Amino acid sequence: MTRHARREQSRGTRAALGAVGVVGELMITLGVLLLAFLVWQLWWTDVEGNRDQQAIVEGLPWAQPAPTPSAEGPRVAEPRHDEPPVLEEPAHAVTFATLQVPRWDGEPARPISQGVDRATVLDVLGIGHYPGTAMPGGVGNFAVAGHRTTYGKPFHRVAELEVGDPLVVQTEEAWYVYRVTSTQIVRPQDVQVIAPVPDDPGAEPTERMITLTTCHPMYSAQERFIVHGVLDYWAPVADGTPAELLGGA
Amino acid sequence: MYAWLWRHLPGPTVVRVLILAVAALAVLAACFVWVFPAIAPYMPFSETTVGE
Repeated sequence: MTRHARREQSRGTRAALGAVGVVGELMITLGVLLLAFLVWQLWWTDVEGNRDQQAIVEGLPWAQPAPTPSAEGPRVAEPRHDEPPVLEEPAHAVTFATLQVPRWDGEPARPISQGVDRATVLDVLGIGHYPGTAMPGGVGNFAVAGHRTTYGKPFHRVAELEVGDPLVVQTEEAWYVYRVTSTQIVRPQDVQVIAPVPDDPGAEPTERMITLTTCHPMYSAQERFIVHGVLDYWAPVADGTPAELLGGA
Repeated sequence: MYAWLWRHLPGPTVVRVLILAVAALAVLAACFVWVFPAIAPYMPFSETTVGE
């Protein structure tokens, strides 16, 4: 081999090594970007979601701020068991209610909006109401969906709920205090859980139910965690605040 | 690639490091604000809804 040929070869080797180096750098860059995506998905969407959902609730002129202990104490709403007022279903993506769950101590009130698609409701507005299911207080099944992880995760602590726990829904006019009756884990296609009579599609509803649906297990969408509840009582917002939100019951 | 970038940046080492840090932050910010929200719906773990 001449000296010239050897130099040619080493130049070729150097070019090949350079190409390998560039590929390696690209792969490291891709890996770093994937890590950044995870950080965005698992952390930043919560930061944004919590901030946005808090702003939505604060923007509702009728939404009650968390009751603050005062000398005379806030007024406790008298439970009523007569026919509650029931809203008409609003237009898509309109926020019409809030949900507060005393069991989830420290969680803020979450907005409930019409619709359950991710891009316009669940990812940006918090909890979504399945269109066509009952409205709060109505006979049938008031069915809502929410993220368990990411995007503010309104239903993050759903597994902590126990039978009998209050789920407090507020609309402009009224409080609706539901109590958890059961929880179950189903496959995503088991949509009968949001039927007017859960798990019995076609049956005529007689009870005023609530159903929360969210993902299970956490960080997965393989199954669904379902919480059923039934209306305990309602009260006009003007009458005060449910005892459940005041540390009573 | 990065070696090439380093050679073509102006100024002393401190300035180059600063430029790269600012550029990396800009790329990350662009990803958080535009790129990641745009690609998130196409991730395989984002199939959460079923047709009814």
